Amino acid sequence: MDSFFASLISVAFHGLAYGMILYVISVGLSITMGLMGFTNLAHGVFAMAGGYVLVTSLSKFNIPFPLALFLSFSLIALVSVVLEKLLYQRLYGAVELEQVLLTIGIIYIGVACARLTFGTLQQPVVLPEYLRGQFSLLGRDFPAYRVFIICFSSLIIGGLWFGVERTIWGAMVRASVDHGPMAQSIGINTKRLFTITFALGSGMAGLGGALGADIVAIQPTYPLEQLVFFLIVVSVGGLGSLKGPFVAALLIGVTDTACKYWIPELGSFFIYIATIALLLWRPAGLFGKRS
Amino acid sequence: MSQYIGYSANPRLRWTEVLPWVLSVLVYYFLPEYLSLGSRVLIYILFALSLDLIVGYSGIITLGHAAFFGVGAYTCGILSVRFHLTDPVISLIISAIVSAALGLITGAIILRTKRLTQLMLTLAIAALCLEVANKATNITGGADGLSGVSIAPIVGLFNFDMFGKTAFLWCLLVLFVGWYVVRRVIFSPFGASLTGIRENNLRMQAIGAGVYSKLMYVYTFSAALAGIAGALLTQTNQFVGLNVLGFEPSGELLVMLILGGVGRMYGAFVGPIVFLIAQDFLAKQFPEYWTLGIGVLLLFVVLFARGGILGMLDRILMLFKGSAK
Amino acid sequence: MTMAIQTKGVCMSFGALTVAEDINFELPVGARHALIGPNGAGKTTFVNLLTGRLTPTSGSVLLGGVDVTQMSQAERVKQGLGRTFQINTLFNKMSVLDNVCLSIAERENVSNQFWSTAASQKRIIEESLELLNLLGISGDAKVFTKDLPYGKQRLVEMAIALGLKPKVLLLDEPAAGVPSVESHRILQAIDSLPSEIAIMIIEHDMDLVFKFAKKITVLVQGKVLCEGTPDEIANDRRVHQVYLGEGHE
Repeated sequence: MDSFFASLISVAFHGLAYGMILYVISVGLSITMGLMGFTNLAHGVFAMAGGYVLVTSLSKFNIPFPLALFLSFSLIALVSVVLEKLLYQRLYGAVELEQVLLTIGIIYIGVACARLTFGTLQQPVVLPEYLRGQFSLLGRDFPAYRVFIICFSSLIIGGLWFGVERTIWGAMVRASVDHGPMAQSIGINTKRLFTITFALGSGMAGLGGALGADIVAIQPTYPLEQLVFFLIVVSVGGLGSLKGPFVAALLIGVTDTACKYWIPELGSFFIYIATIALLLWRPAGLFGKRS
Repeated sequence: MSQYIGYSANPRLRWTEVLPWVLSVLVYYFLPEYLSLGSRVLIYILFALSLDLIVGYSGIITLGHAAFFGVGAYTCGILSVRFHLTDPVISLIISAIVSAALGLITGAIILRTKRLTQLMLTLAIAALCLEVANKATNITGGADGLSGVSIAPIVGLFNFDMFGKTAFLWCLLVLFVGWYVVRRVIFSPFGASLTGIRENNLRMQAIGAGVYSKLMYVYTFSAALAGIAGALLTQTNQFVGLNVLGFEPSGELLVMLILGGVGRMYGAFVGPIVFLIAQDFLAKQFPEYWTLGIGVLLLFVVLFARGGILGMLDRILMLFKGSAK
Repeated sequence: MTMAIQTKGVCMSFGALTVAEDINFELPVGARHALIGPNGAGKTTFVNLLTGRLTPTSGSVLLGGVDVTQMSQAERVKQGLGRTFQINTLFNKMSVLDNVCLSIAERENVSNQFWSTAASQKRIIEESLELLNLLGISGDAKVFTKDLPYGKQRLVEMAIALGLKPKVLLLDEPAAGVPSVESHRILQAIDSLPSEIAIMIIEHDMDLVFKFAKKITVLVQGKVLCEGTPDEIANDRRVHQVYLGEGHE
C-alpha cells in the first residue's frame, strides 16, 4: 500500500514536470494560432532547435547553464523572426493547405539539418553540478533537476500570465485574438504585434525544448513525434486561450506518465483515445472560444 | 491539360488521358528491370488519387491518410499469414471493406470538427494505428512486420512470378479500375457538389446540401481506395511493415500530390511518378539531403508554383497560346 | 391561415449582448415585405435566425406551420426556404453556370448521383441558362465567378437562390453597391417571381423599398419598432426619429 502511494506521488511528480514542459512549449502555438490564425506545424522544430542549442552550449562551448538556457530562448526567437519575415508572412491570408505545406516543408528542412549536423542519436544533456542528484522533500527523494523544471517553469508561466493580463502588449494580444479587424481599426499595429508575439512564442518553445531535454530527448525525430502532443494540448485546451492549454498539458503529462508506468503495453494509446473522446464532447476544447 | 469538373465540363476522354496507360505498357515491355519500381509507382498513384478526392476536390486536409493505406496493407498481410487466405481478389475486397469501415468511424469523428482540431485528429488517428500495429506483435508482427505473405495465383491462373511481371499487371489492372471509378465520380453531379463544398461550405448548406453526409461518402470511399492500394503493396512485396503507417507515408503522399498538382486528378499521376523515380535514384545515394530536398521543394512549390508540375505546364501552355495570337 | 414563415418570441443573445428581443414576426404566403432599420439593428441577424444559421436562445421559428427552430440551414432549405447573403457567397472557382446548376441539382435531388456525368444533366443546364437569361448574364455562363465584376456577382447570388424555387425567399440587401444596370435586372427578376412566393428583402434603398413592399417592418436594436404599409411607415414619427440625422449610403 505504501509503495503504491509512493509510485502515485512519483507519477504525479514526473507527470507534473512533463506537463509543465509541454505547456511552456505549446502555449506559444496556442497564442499564435489564436492570434494569427496561422497553422504552424513547425513549432516543434523550434523546441528541438532550442534543445540542440542548450546541448551544444553545454558540451561543446562549456557555457554556464543559465546562459545556455537564455541562449536557447533568444537565439530561437531571433531565428523565428527571420523565418517569419522571409516565409510565414507571405502566407498570412492564404488557404490553410498552403500554410500546412509550408510548415511541413520547414519541418523536413529542420529534421534534415538536425540529422546532418548532429546525427540521429539522442543528445545527452550535461547538467551542472548543482542541478544533479536528489532533492529531499517531506521525507521523499525527488530528482533535483525535475524539481528545478517545475519551479522554473512556474516562474516562466507566471511571468507570461502576468504579461498577458497586466501589460499593454498583453491587452493588445487579447484584443487581437478576440477580434482582429476591430483591433486594427483602433490602431493596434497587428503586423508588429504578430512578429513580437510569434518571436515570444517560438522563443518559449525553444526554452521549453531545452528545459525538457532531459524528459523529451532531443533528436531529429523530435518535431514529428511530438507534434501530435503539442496539437492535442492546443486543441483540447482551446485555441487562443492561455489557461486552457495549461490544464490540458498537465492532464496529458500526468496521464501519459501514469499510462507509461502502469500499463506500458498501451503506450500513448490511451491519450489518443481520450483526446478523441474529449473533443467529441467539447469540440472547441475545454476552454475554447465559441466560434 | 487542366481538368475541370462540373456541369460546364466536357467529360469526354482527352488523348492526353491515354498517355499513362500507354506509358505503363511500354514500361512493361521495354523496362522489365524496373517493374518493381513501376508497381510501386502504380500503387502510389492509386493512393494519391484517393487523397486527391478529399484534399483536392473536397477541401479536407489530412495528415494521416496512411492510416487507411496501412490498415489495408496489414489486413491483407494478416489474412495471408494468420488466416491463410491468399486469394488476391478476395483479399483486396476484404481490405477495402476494413479500410472503409475505419474511414466511416474516423470520418464520423473528424468531419464535424474544424481546422486545427481536424488536422490534429487525423494525426492522432494515424499515430494510434501505428501504435496498435507496433504493440500488437502477435497479430501484426510488431516492429519486425509480417513476412512470408503468400499470394495465390489470380483467378487461379496467373502466378505471382519473381520478376514482378504479374504483380505489375495486377497493379495496373486495379489502378485502371480505380481510376475509371474515380473519374466517373469526379465528373458526376456528386463530384460537382464536392467542389461546391470545397469552394464555399456555407453556400452549400444554404442551398440545402447535406454537407456532412456527402463528406462522409467521399471520405469512406477514399479510405477504401487507400486500403486497396495498401493491400496491393503487401501483395507485391509479400511483406508488410510499420513503414506503411504514421505521418511519414502520409506526409510523403501529400508531397507527391502537391508536386503533381492538387485537385486535378492527373496530378495524382504525375506527382508519384516524378517523386518515386527521383527517390529511387537520389534517396539511396544521399538520404539526408533527400529529406532536405523535399523540404525545400515544398517551400518552392507553395511559394512559387502552387499548381505543382501540371500547374506550371498549364501556365507555359497559356504563354504559348498567348504568343501564337 | 398558415404563415409562410413566422417567429414567436424569438430572442438571441451572445452573453450580455442581446441582438434580438422578443420578435414576433409573420410573413404570409405571397407577401412582399421589407425589413428596414438603422445599421446594427440586427436585420441580418434576424435573417440568420430565420434560416437557421443561428439558433435563438428562446422562442421558435415556424416554416409553413412546421416548427423548424432546431433544424439546420440545409434542412430548412429543403422545406422551401431560400436566401441571398449580404456579402456575395459564391463558388468562386466555378463557372456561373455551375454555381446555379449546383443549386438546381440540390433542389432536384440529383446532387448525390455519382455515376452519371454532370454535363449530361440537360434539364438542369437548360433551366440554369434560362435563369441566367432572366438576369441577363447568360453570356457569362462559362466565366468563373471570381472573375466577374461585383454587380454581376450579385446577380449570380440572386440566381442561386432563385434556382431553389423556394416558397419563402429572403433577400439580404440584394442591390447594395450594385450599379444601376444590374440593380434594374435584380428588381425585374424579383417582380417576375410567382405571386405565391413570400418575399422579404432587407434594404436601405428607400426608393426600392417603397416600390416593392406592401408591408414594412422596422427593426431597431433587435426589437420591432413598428410595422405597417409603406404610407403608414412613411408618416410614422418614431421612424423619422430613428432615421433622423442618419445619412443614407
